[in-house]
Amino acid sequence: MIDQLSWKVGGQQGEGIDSTGEIFAMALNRLGYYLYSYRHFSSRIKGGHTNNKIRVSTSETRSISDDLDILIAFDQETIDVNVHELRDGGVVIGDSKFNPTVPEDLNVRLYAVPFTEIASELGTSLMKNMVAIGATSAVLGLPVESYLEVVEEIFSRKGAKVVEKNMEAIQKGADHFNELSGGQIDGFQLNKADGKKRMFMIGNDAIALGFVAGGVRFMAAYPITPASEIMEYLIKKLPEFGGTVIQTEDEIAACTMAIGANYAGVRTITSSAGPGLSLMMEALGLSGMTEVPLVVVDTQRGGPSTGLPTKQEQSDLMAMIYGTHGEIPKVVMAPSTVEEAFYDAVEALNIAEEYQCPVILLTDLQLSLGKQSVEPLDFNRVEIRRGKLDPSQELPETDDKDGYFKRYEVTEDGISPRVIPGMKNGIHHVTGVEHDETGKPSEVAANRQKQMDKRLRKLNRLRFNVPVVKQIKHEQADILLVGFNSTRGVIEEAMPRLEAEGFKVNHAHIRLIHPFPADEMKPLIDSAKTVIVVENNATGQLANILKMNVGQHEKIKNLLKYDGNPFLPSEVVMKCKELV
Amino acid sequence: MATFKDFRNSIKPNWCPGCGDFSVQAAIQRAAANVGLEPDNLAVVSGIGCSGRISGYIKSYGFHGIHGRSLPIAQGVKMANRDLTVIASGGDGDGFAIGMGHTVHAIRRNIDITYIVMDNQIYGLTKGQTSPRSDVGFKTKSTPEGSVESAIGIMELALTAGATFVAQSFSTDLKELTSIIEAGINHKGFSLINVFSPCVTYNKVNTYDWFKEHLVPLSSIENYDSSNRMMAMQTLMENKGLVKGIIYQDKVKPSYQDLAHGYSKEALAKMDLNLSEEKFNQLMTEFM
Repeated sequence: MIDQLSWKVGGQQGEGIDSTGEIFAMALNRLGYYLYSYRHFSSRIKGGHTNNKIRVSTSETRSISDDLDILIAFDQETIDVNVHELRDGGVVIGDSKFNPTVPEDLNVRLYAVPFTEIASELGTSLMKNMVAIGATSAVLGLPVESYLEVVEEIFSRKGAKVVEKNMEAIQKGADHFNELSGGQIDGFQLNKADGKKRMFMIGNDAIALGFVAGGVRFMAAYPITPASEIMEYLIKKLPEFGGTVIQTEDEIAACTMAIGANYAGVRTITSSAGPGLSLMMEALGLSGMTEVPLVVVDTQRGGPSTGLPTKQEQSDLMAMIYGTHGEIPKVVMAPSTVEEAFYDAVEALNIAEEYQCPVILLTDLQLSLGKQSVEPLDFNRVEIRRGKLDPSQELPETDDKDGYFKRYEVTEDGISPRVIPGMKNGIHHVTGVEHDETGKPSEVAANRQKQMDKRLRKLNRLRFNVPVVKQIKHEQADILLVGFNSTRGVIEEAMPRLEAEGFKVNHAHIRLIHPFPADEMKPLIDSAKTVIVVENNATGQLANILKMNVGQHEKIKNLLKYDGNPFLPSEVVMKCKELV
Repeated sequence: MATFKDFRNSIKPNWCPGCGDFSVQAAIQRAAANVGLEPDNLAVVSGIGCSGRISGYIKSYGFHGIHGRSLPIAQGVKMANRDLTVIASGGDGDGFAIGMGHTVHAIRRNIDITYIVMDNQIYGLTKGQTSPRSDVGFKTKSTPEGSVESAIGIMELALTAGATFVAQSFSTDLKELTSIIEAGINHKGFSLINVFSPCVTYNKVNTYDWFKEHLVPLSSIENYDSSNRMMAMQTLMENKGLVKGIIYQDKVKPSYQDLAHGYSKEALAKMDLNLSEEKFNQLMTEFM
């Protein structure tokens, strides 16, 4: 019996590869296994190779695995592209329709099952994915009934007959495989899972759920990969709470519309990826200058320009910290797990309102789209804090000669009182031009300095829960592994392997990118011989930020990958050994 | 009840003496009072340029944004609080050059706000360059040999983009302008009001006298019917866009807010942000 295995299904985009993986994973998630799935897809709708790699485990996992146990192929290309990932003795199940072959020099077992033919006999070739799922079940020794609940949910709308046919397809796939293999094959039977209920979701789902729970009632956004799921969830859910989403004409409109709505007192967000964030840069400055709260999600993907729209990368870091002309207070948060993405989405809204500044919630494609088992979230941790805004407050008349409210009053903590349109005695002016305490344009040098200092000192007292996730086992470490966003899973998996080879390894995952938690990081760097920064970009952006804030340049080494694919645990282990 | 004086503040506009924008400011203040608004229930959002400063010269909630983006900001304000009256404003460069994408989409989206453009057919604040409303042959710093690009027929364009309220006026005609702005505010949907507001410093062609000579009042056209889109288009084309009055109004089509699925009748800004634990658990279960 085994505790984890990797399964991959591949074929042409548009032929149901996603749903094959989805149904397989959902059923196993219901049994209490931990799932982690990562899709390989292209920026097109029909055609082109696509695959979905799914890891099944009896313990939590947040990374794709090095190798593969089972490959389901709907075409020969899937075998040609992926067969080398298979472990020794791995299984390939191909549709007999295309006469699958595997290279002779590889020790893999090939089974040709008539996916399409069986499905067609049952009424439609569309069910070939169910036949493939059935064959998989036979390999794993899972009862076919495990799928019934999921199949019912998906197909019950189409009638009991369709449910029945799909279940029959699964059964036939299993039967056919058993006939071919002559019964159970060894080495693929999973230990029983704990049977606990967990969610099966992508990072974008968690962020969107966090926004709903955190009081977002309006969103303005423009579709883009890999961010659109956030918008799609809110389009579905916000009407239940009286809210709505506007799909704008572009990202500039999305961001400025969000600013307008936040100014008027509604928690409003927008989400995008690199190209959209590039267009929002001027608006981020407006939010910073006018001190209007704003939360923007940046789901990083391969850049620059259109880059690799459907591939993993972490190269927006510098742009998110420094992007926009001039100098503003800005917070950049980088959750490293799906759970954190949920809580951080709520917290981003609080920080934006408390500190009255833009907050970038940074993710990457692997975190945003990797679908995984997630423990139930804690409702009691959802808290709404609006800082100095109290819309129900009755304001006294002001002593300003025009009756204007001092919205930009210079205060010790740099945070001014905030009011929203509609409040009596709250009238003030808002402008991206430098302004005085009531918001009237002013070029007076002394005022300029006061207002700049006021804005920039706001974040000095930023309170942030766990800015760095630390796994510190050693007082003195040979290696300190540093990362942000989705690399947490791969680093956590590489650590015990490096330890097993005799290295003392600590791990720091940075969750608050800006303002940089230098005080937290310094002792960790001091107590390590070598600091290896693991990141999906070509120039070592996080390593550079680390050097800028903490120094110790000679110790800090880059472990980079920017070919569009996430790191594998074995790559991290191998490159760490080269670097020390 | 507020009078137009309640919409005034003590700030002296930085417009040139004789600028058409002064009358637009006065007309907005009068119209706001005439329709019964209070200053704290009005939000004026403006863009960048000479005319963009207007949000600071009217006593109300004011938001002076970034170049070309007054419309998305104003739409955001209105979506957040539908109880507010929202006026967006700016110049022809702001709305029809850098902000044209937003203008067309705000027109077809039809959110209930009023957009007042101070159209002087030139870039004033940057000291005299051509605008998308400049006529062919118009000589400016950026077109020393005369503009070779066609001027945008903005009223015609608005009609084809699905506008529900299209009007044009002239800044010297304070009475008519005030009543058009009132009609725009009262219109349930997006209202576009283009106001010829001459630049006395940089535009020596399209002057007050020039407009007096060329503008055709729609009131002078026999049987003009502002609910007839075809007639509106034909009249605009026959007069090269140089007409004034309410050109077209669709009083039937509901606004975006009334059509948006699930969008609350109560202002979002006044709603409770908290979610019940029961609802939260339900949302989680949907992922299980």
